[in-house]
Amino acid sequence: MLIQYLLVLIFLYGLFRSVARFRKKELSKTNLVVWIILWLLGILVVVIPNVTFYIARVFGVGRGADLVIYLSLAILFLVVFRLVTKTEKLERDITKLSRNIALEKITKK
Amino acid sequence: MVTIVKMLFVIVPAHNEEKNIGRVISGLFEHGYNNVVVVDDGSEDQTSEVARYAGARVITHPVNRGQGAALQTGQEYVLSQGGDVVVHFDGDGQFNPLDIAPAVELVRNGGYDAVLGSKLLDNRSKIPWTKRRIIIPLARFVNRLFTGVNLSDVHNGFRVLNRKALEKIEITNSGMAHNTEIVRKIKEHGLKFREHPVEVTYNEYGLGPRGGLQIVFDLLISKITK
Repeated sequence: MLIQYLLVLIFLYGLFRSVARFRKKELSKTNLVVWIILWLLGILVVVIPNVTFYIARVFGVGRGADLVIYLSLAILFLVVFRLVTKTEKLERDITKLSRNIALEKITKK
Repeated sequence: MVTIVKMLFVIVPAHNEEKNIGRVISGLFEHGYNNVVVVDDGSEDQTSEVARYAGARVITHPVNRGQGAALQTGQEYVLSQGGDVVVHFDGDGQFNPLDIAPAVELVRNGGYDAVLGSKLLDNRSKIPWTKRRIIIPLARFVNRLFTGVNLSDVHNGFRVLNRKALEKIEITNSGMAHNTEIVRKIKEHGLKFREHPVEVTYNEYGLGPRGGLQIVFDLLISKITK
């Protein structure tokens, strides 16, 4: 099916980008491995959709597609939570920085 | 070591208030409050210049960080200057400088650590109907939920704090949720406080419903990330 080719292409592109970023030292080795595993898993699921069926059965979920959706949702929630807490910390750091800059300026005068 | 002197500071947080800030500062000076600290919260207009010209000490955030952040910056400055009492006074001209003296009296000689302004304790303020009937009761409910303290007017920017309160209350909520945070910290540290009637003149409506939701969101996030 066309969608399979498309998804495989997208995942391959992701794989390629991860390696490229690793080469530019923007990605650590552990992160590279995690990403490669994720991309390869994605390709595996797209090329042989039936594998999800077996995994789903292990987890006690009826259909493979359902398992994929449940897992994706869980991971997305985690990622969003991490992002929110991280931005919050960043915001606080920026506030501290602006405060220090502002107070330093006035004491120097 | 900072030597503590009997000195009152008025902290005026201001963001893009070039039209009002001059009037606010001269009003304060006219009533004998000479230590006016304007915290310009990254304004894009001439707020800093106008405030400096009017005679205030101006602390300028390089970027906009929110009213809570501006107040905390002012408080840290006052702590470093050794002031004994601080007044929070909005920069948009909605407060009346005449309300300061009786509130300060309560802190200096009445045994209170904190005095919180309320526009609902007398009938000098003309409050828009939707605010009186919908927004203020909602804010009161949220405040009670998060702090356990019942206040008549939660989001009132008029406050008088003594040095003890100043040292205990570190404002970490940069946005507008600092109102609730301050109340929570007053309770946490067992500070003696009371509400005090102040007059509020509305120039603009203030926070819309989105601002209100943002406050609840900020409060929840700060509960999680603490």
